[in-house]
Amino acid sequence: MSKKISESVVCTFCASGCDDLEITHNRRTVDSARNGCAISLSRFASIRESRILKPLIRTRGNLRATTFAKAIDRAARVLNNSKYPLLYGWSQTSCEAISKGIELAELVGGLIDNTTTSCHGPTILGLQDVGEATCTLGEVRHSADLIIYWGCNPIHSHPHHTTRFTVFSKGRFRKTRKDRKLVVVDVRRTDTAKLADKFIQVQPNGDYELLTALRTAIRGEEIEQDSIAGVPVDTIEETADMMVDCEFGALFFGLGLTMTAGKHRNTEAALALVRDLNYVTKFVVIPMRGWFNVTGANEVTTWQTGYPYAVDLTQGYPRFNPGDTSAIDAIARGEVDAALVVASDPVSHFPGAAVKHLVEIPIVTVEPKWTPTSEASEVVIPSAILGIEASGTIYRIDGVPLEARKVVDPPAGVRPDVEILDAIINRVKKLGARR
Amino acid sequence: MAEFLIRNGYVFDPLNGIEGEKLDISVRDGWIVEKVSRTARVLDASGKVVMPGGVDIHSHIAGSKANCARMMRPEDHSKDPEPKTRYARSGVGHTIPSVFTTGYRYARMGYTTVFEPATPPLKTRHTHEELNDIPIIDKGCFPLFGNNWFVMEYVRQGRIEELAAYVAWMLEATKGYAIKIVNPGGIEAWRWGGNVRGLDDRVPNFDVTPREIVRALCQVNSLLNLPHAVHIHPNCLAEPGNYQTTIDTMESVRDIPIRGHPIMHVTHVQFTGRKGWSWPDVRSGAPEIADYVNTHDHVTIDPGQLIFTNVTWMTADGPAMFALFKLTKTKWFNADVESETGAGVVAATYKKSNYVNAIQWGIALELALLVKNPWKIFLTTDHPNGGPFTAYPRVISWLVSKDARKKLLDKINKTAKRRLDLPGIDREYTLYEIATITRAATAKSLGLGFKGHLGVGADADIAIYDIDPPEVDPAKEYKAVRKAFARAAFTIKDGRIVVKNGEVVRAVRGRTFWTRPQVPEETMKTVIKQLESKFDDYYTVRFANYPIEEQYLSASRVIATSEGA
Repeated sequence: MSKKISESVVCTFCASGCDDLEITHNRRTVDSARNGCAISLSRFASIRESRILKPLIRTRGNLRATTFAKAIDRAARVLNNSKYPLLYGWSQTSCEAISKGIELAELVGGLIDNTTTSCHGPTILGLQDVGEATCTLGEVRHSADLIIYWGCNPIHSHPHHTTRFTVFSKGRFRKTRKDRKLVVVDVRRTDTAKLADKFIQVQPNGDYELLTALRTAIRGEEIEQDSIAGVPVDTIEETADMMVDCEFGALFFGLGLTMTAGKHRNTEAALALVRDLNYVTKFVVIPMRGWFNVTGANEVTTWQTGYPYAVDLTQGYPRFNPGDTSAIDAIARGEVDAALVVASDPVSHFPGAAVKHLVEIPIVTVEPKWTPTSEASEVVIPSAILGIEASGTIYRIDGVPLEARKVVDPPAGVRPDVEILDAIINRVKKLGARR
Repeated sequence: MAEFLIRNGYVFDPLNGIEGEKLDISVRDGWIVEKVSRTARVLDASGKVVMPGGVDIHSHIAGSKANCARMMRPEDHSKDPEPKTRYARSGVGHTIPSVFTTGYRYARMGYTTVFEPATPPLKTRHTHEELNDIPIIDKGCFPLFGNNWFVMEYVRQGRIEELAAYVAWMLEATKGYAIKIVNPGGIEAWRWGGNVRGLDDRVPNFDVTPREIVRALCQVNSLLNLPHAVHIHPNCLAEPGNYQTTIDTMESVRDIPIRGHPIMHVTHVQFTGRKGWSWPDVRSGAPEIADYVNTHDHVTIDPGQLIFTNVTWMTADGPAMFALFKLTKTKWFNADVESETGAGVVAATYKKSNYVNAIQWGIALELALLVKNPWKIFLTTDHPNGGPFTAYPRVISWLVSKDARKKLLDKINKTAKRRLDLPGIDREYTLYEIATITRAATAKSLGLGFKGHLGVGADADIAIYDIDPPEVDPAKEYKAVRKAFARAAFTIKDGRIVVKNGEVVRAVRGRTFWTRPQVPEETMKTVIKQLESKFDDYYTVRFANYPIEEQYLSASRVIATSEGA
């Protein structure tokens, strides 16, 4: 079979949205991949590993192969019989699929939540308090002379971030590494920190104090302590001067800020710090979102329901009250009585108390690969991997939409998420009419 | 598709010169036709007003900044839920409604076509995703060009033909409809936290002036024969004294040849029509601007009427948004887009007691009442900047009734009332003029020959309102008029009844309009070569991944540029 080279392929791993991959492939298999980071390349190299190839239904305790129609029917029945179904995941699929998910949630009167709930949910809550001064990644590449990574380690999590967008990138107004300063704030000396001009080691859970001290310092007010959160006040004041004196500063923060003590208070402080800096210079912030379409999940959910995640549609209209309508809380309270999981693995990632209840209720999983969640499911429907075996829209961390195009065919009989969800919707409608 | 006959309504169809005559309208297969057969379904419109479906030329309903605003403002939605019905999806209002609700609420007011007036090209895929999801209404969007690096470079080098080819490429790549300019050059200055101060200030690093950008893009508009004019939000938005910049901007393109339509549409002039030197001293610049519009034919305007309520400000004008945020100290969103443009969003409230707000309210109404020719001014609130689009019926009541205005004038800030000309203006719009500023003139300005009228061949987009012209004097019964425009008795989209008694009874899918201008093949080849060589330097997205394919639009309709002439 003849080989083909696809260029400008969009990577569907992290939310950096690198779109310069070059993939050599046949109709069904990837031969080699170029330009990607190590994670991206291994993703392409392993597309056939741990795949689920047939729809499965749990019968007498075991998952057994079945037909697509039977799996869809069971999935629809599980959702239809539920009083409070949860529809969860969405950050590793297309916006088109997420849109179907919301339609289904409205149809069955459920709760729809995405993985934001366990990563940058606090960022959104902070944003709802203060707003956000942000930009697309290209603006950082062209203009930023000060880069700050706070509570994130892009060298490992977003491997091409530094070369495509920040310190090692070449922009219109900043050409080389020397044109930019890099500050890293973290609780340990990470590999990203090793590249920094200034590394600030903050005490675990001390971020809020440090951010507040920086806000104080940039206003020119005196800080009376000797050190804050383990950081000498001299260092804080030096850093504040760097921020005030730069021409274009960019702050990137990760889960080290959103998931440590303070949570949305941390992000609120970080967003407020950047806002305050705009009174004296130009400064922006871009949260380091994880999965390739977690931003898209927020975008679609927002334009269709008004709210970015944790949306309860049980009353026939959207309600948003994280802590009440967020997936982990609703499961941990024991209220959720069925779950549809699309492109995610909550059994691995959720806290123990939530997982304990989750594995007790019927789960329908739509997922390309074997995961602990699919193992614990009632129904498993295999799906095509987005951006490799299926096309769809995704959003980068900075809200730039891209079309991730299909490169190879999925394994025989395996369908894209959109088709699977559409089939469930149609089945639920039919069952509803029969009732 | 079924035929039907709308019988005995009082028809207001300004493009065909029909003013309140009792006429029957025949509809077949989504179009207005001469005659229908005897089996046609009859819709009795006696005692009602029949107009073409409303056409909104400027309303921020979709895209990146609208969604940032939705995300930032849960408090805006929670008090205004929209439950699902048999026919309609659920959603939320209020100042920035979710997409389904946006379509339904427009349709409920008898509107069938709406244009999103500012889309950052790089993020226009997002805009189309939302437009695809907005039910019932037809729509389109205007990509932003006024701070684009390629544009500024072509302008500096004086290469107008290549600029025209670039604009043509961009309109096709983004499936955009018209050239939009927001604060030309000022957003590029905002890269470094700055702004430009007026038409002749130089843009940092690009060695061009806003005047040069505006003139060049107007020349391009003329060269490409685009259906709509250049749609501009001038420099110095919201600043006291900016009415002069607005007049200068209009004057700067007076000599550019007009091919059958105005070369420039200046939008939400309420925000750029201010006299005075400082906030306590702000006055209305409406009389001067109206005077200019009355004496020149190369421009049209819309007021961006202010409503005393909670609003969300959103614009591509990043520096203006930050300046206003410093006054409100509420929440501020900023989103600059590489090599192209910016965006800002701020939560705000307009109060009757506030002097500046009251002056703004007055400027917009003075503009609407002082511009004599209703074909030169269109109804907008610059949704959601001046107020939500759902306030249009209220604005209509102020336009048709001096009593309605007086009632509110008595409640606004006393100093503002004293300083406005508004109390002395007696003009009251007729329903014919209302039909002009809300559908006929906007459709004409957009170059949509098959919209905004009820002649044979037009789209069967029809609004029927519960107003009985011989019985109702709008000037006296403005409350009834307001109620009628808020809840159409019927809205018909492409020949199907979508709204009945103000409620959605069917959700059809609307189209997205865009333009594909023609340029000489050689010039286009040259420009594409230039783009390819610079693209990776300017963008973090590959050239190949930038354009949006036509299949991406759920229902695409190309408007040929010749149709616009």
